[in-house]
Amino acid sequence: MRMPPLTAAPRSRVRHASVVALASIVALLSLVPLGFIVWITIDTGWTEVAALVFRSRVGDLLVNTVLLEVCTIPLSILLAVTLAWLTERTDIPGARLWSWLAAAPLAVPAFVHSYAWVSLVPSMRGLWSGVLVSVLAYFPFLYLPVAAALRRLDPAIEDAAASLGLGPWRVFFRAILPQLRLAICGGSLLIGLHLLAEYGLYVMIRFDTFSTAIVDQFQSAYNSPAANMLGGVLVFCCLLMLGIEVLARGNERYARIGSGAARPADRRRLGWFVVPAVALPIVTAALTLGVPFVTLARWLYLGGADVWRIDTVGSALLQTILLAIAGGLLATIAATPMAWLSVRAPGRLQRILEACHYYVGSLPGVVVALALVSITVRLILPLYQTFATLLLAYVLLFLPRAMVGLRASIAQAPVELERAAMALGRTPAQAVRQITMRLAAPGFAASVALVALGITNELTATLMLSPNGTETLATKFWSLTSEIDYVSAAPYAFMMVVLSLPLTLLLYVQSKRTAGQ
Amino acid sequence: MTFSFSHLTSALALAAGLAVAPMMAHAAESDGIVVYNAQHETLTQAWADGFTKETGIKVTIRNGSDMQFANQIVQEGAASPADVYLTENSPGMALVDANKLFAPVDAATLAQVPETFKAADGNWVGVAARSTVFAYDKTKLKEADLPKSLLDLADPKWKGRWGASPAGADFQAIVSALLELKGEDATRAWLKAMKENASFYKGNSVAMKAVNAGETEGAVIYHYYWFGDQAKTGENSKNVSLHYFKNQDPGAFVSISGGGVLASSQHQKEAQAFLKWITGKGGQAVLRDGNSFEYAVGNGEASNPKLVPLSDLQAPKVEPSKLNSKKVTDLMTEAGLI
Repeated sequence: MRMPPLTAAPRSRVRHASVVALASIVALLSLVPLGFIVWITIDTGWTEVAALVFRSRVGDLLVNTVLLEVCTIPLSILLAVTLAWLTERTDIPGARLWSWLAAAPLAVPAFVHSYAWVSLVPSMRGLWSGVLVSVLAYFPFLYLPVAAALRRLDPAIEDAAASLGLGPWRVFFRAILPQLRLAICGGSLLIGLHLLAEYGLYVMIRFDTFSTAIVDQFQSAYNSPAANMLGGVLVFCCLLMLGIEVLARGNERYARIGSGAARPADRRRLGWFVVPAVALPIVTAALTLGVPFVTLARWLYLGGADVWRIDTVGSALLQTILLAIAGGLLATIAATPMAWLSVRAPGRLQRILEACHYYVGSLPGVVVALALVSITVRLILPLYQTFATLLLAYVLLFLPRAMVGLRASIAQAPVELERAAMALGRTPAQAVRQITMRLAAPGFAASVALVALGITNELTATLMLSPNGTETLATKFWSLTSEIDYVSAAPYAFMMVVLSLPLTLLLYVQSKRTAGQ
Repeated sequence: MTFSFSHLTSALALAAGLAVAPMMAHAAESDGIVVYNAQHETLTQAWADGFTKETGIKVTIRNGSDMQFANQIVQEGAASPADVYLTENSPGMALVDANKLFAPVDAATLAQVPETFKAADGNWVGVAARSTVFAYDKTKLKEADLPKSLLDLADPKWKGRWGASPAGADFQAIVSALLELKGEDATRAWLKAMKENASFYKGNSVAMKAVNAGETEGAVIYHYYWFGDQAKTGENSKNVSLHYFKNQDPGAFVSISGGGVLASSQHQKEAQAFLKWITGKGGQAVLRDGNSFEYAVGNGEASNPKLVPLSDLQAPKVEPSKLNSKKVTDLMTEAGLI
């Protein structure tokens, strides 16, 4: 059978052009929040911008934010790498169980973690409490990629290091750790961005960050220049963090060179060390899962059957599910052109477009929401306070999540099959639809699920943008905890956890599956 | 892989359907009224339930805070989806009124409330009231140690000993009263001292909880958080007592929760009926009998008997329409409090 040439044929260039157009539309939309901040900065005028940005309050917030990042990220790395090493590379008893439990905290929304802690220790507040809860809520973002990377490391390198006379510790630090660099950088970036964006966790623990301060401003003066300027500083922090990650990642190659497949690594025998080794995952699970579940159980028990009001809990549940599914599908559809392009037609343009898709997801929900509130109320009133705008916010915030599943599965669909289909008389569109899309369907489903998980636990954008009468589990939970009605809030927290569980499971399975790539 | 493209298309159709369905449901609800609610959610829900039960008119509530909604309504202008705006305090009402966005309140409704609890121009009406207090840790402070005036809290001897919730509309209303009574310079100085002296909490109930837990000796809040907690478990207020400043001090400020009908509302009749209901017998009875512990403001309507009577509070005279919210948030931003 004759294959079409590898250089793009005119026909496929046309096909690319339409996909590029679609991806460009999404990219342009994703530039809207950033463009708005730039516009409002210019519109506000330099003197006022300077007065709003260079003041002591912003300094305080900056100090808080930096301290939070510098304390939380290294601790998360330490915890995640240790746990990953224990579960993947040692003969620790129950490795599989510990590995599950290390990923499971993702099913508990960050602000439910802090709700649990604050009701357990009411005096918790400030930096150290913030660091503690942040580490517990977010370390799985590091654990998952690090464990996946450890699983696929080629033990030959370690053997070589050992044969050159390095002891186990030095083998770890000189042969293993450097190979985890990508996973650690990626996970740290994800956590770092979450710390910048998180709102509910820090309000409950009474620690001021840019996100909480922006919401304070929003509640005091709606979309004032002061709020937007805080948003501008926050965006700057995000971009800075992206930049740091690029520098830290470096551009060394980590792939196995040459043919063949790595054999699975041997598990190191722990010996007497097994006791402290088992204690670590047990303590971690007790703090990350035990505390939320015990607290929830206690509030649910105290509330009894009365708090399970089908009219309010049921309607919030239904609205959350509808929004999560609609947003998940929309975000995944919006990400499809870009995901396809990035696999099938890499190039400079593609890299720029892809950067647009990724950067917007790193913006905090509060910034995107503030931009969309201001734009719709000032310029496009028909879209103001509609589901369309709320869903647009979700699409923008969760584009990178949608890209993750899609890219991997499109990459797994061999282009040769597409070409063979064309050689057999299918049009390019038919070939993509009948071959690639079918093969990529599991990735599509995974992407929808990932986005839906995000939407289920999303708070600030939903609070600020949702149409009148909308009440999701997260917003309802939030308004009840604000009145310190922890008992009535418990069913909503419980439902959020229940909804997130299968999605977390999927994430875990997915991380195992993609370990081979 | 059995997942076919037709499944995908039906999934897309489903997505579109799902996205549209809630909007349709939303459109169907537009027969009723939309309330922008900055009052406590539970209180307004009780009002809405009572009103709907009596009149059959549906009420959709959007929850937020005083100044957020006031500024929001100003920006929305004639296109505002809101029919009624309810606040905890009056500066938000004053801001909307200054932008001429209220329709005059029906005379019959205004007649239900005494002069002191409504706007002089009759464009909004008081629906409830609340008193400023200094909630203090009774295990640490004695009567003699208490501040005589709100202004005393600026004294360095109070450094690190009191708290408040500066981002909340409640506290900002107190500052606006201070501004009206003592002027801009005094207010600026007081806020600056506050930044030095006070601990900051998110919400009055959280501030009270901190006093109870011994984290701070006192907090400037409104009275009913204490009564509300006492009526429930008392868990967050068992060590706390209330100090009323009295003597027309800025700290004795009684804040008026207001309600108004937006001029842009397409449901004037229903919206006016809602205001009439909450300021009337039914609505004020919710204040008397329920767990909100805010003061009733209707003519001859009794407040909850557990409260210190309104007439004993010796509140300073402040014309509610003069309370300036923009100036307050600017001053507080300047002081680094928000």
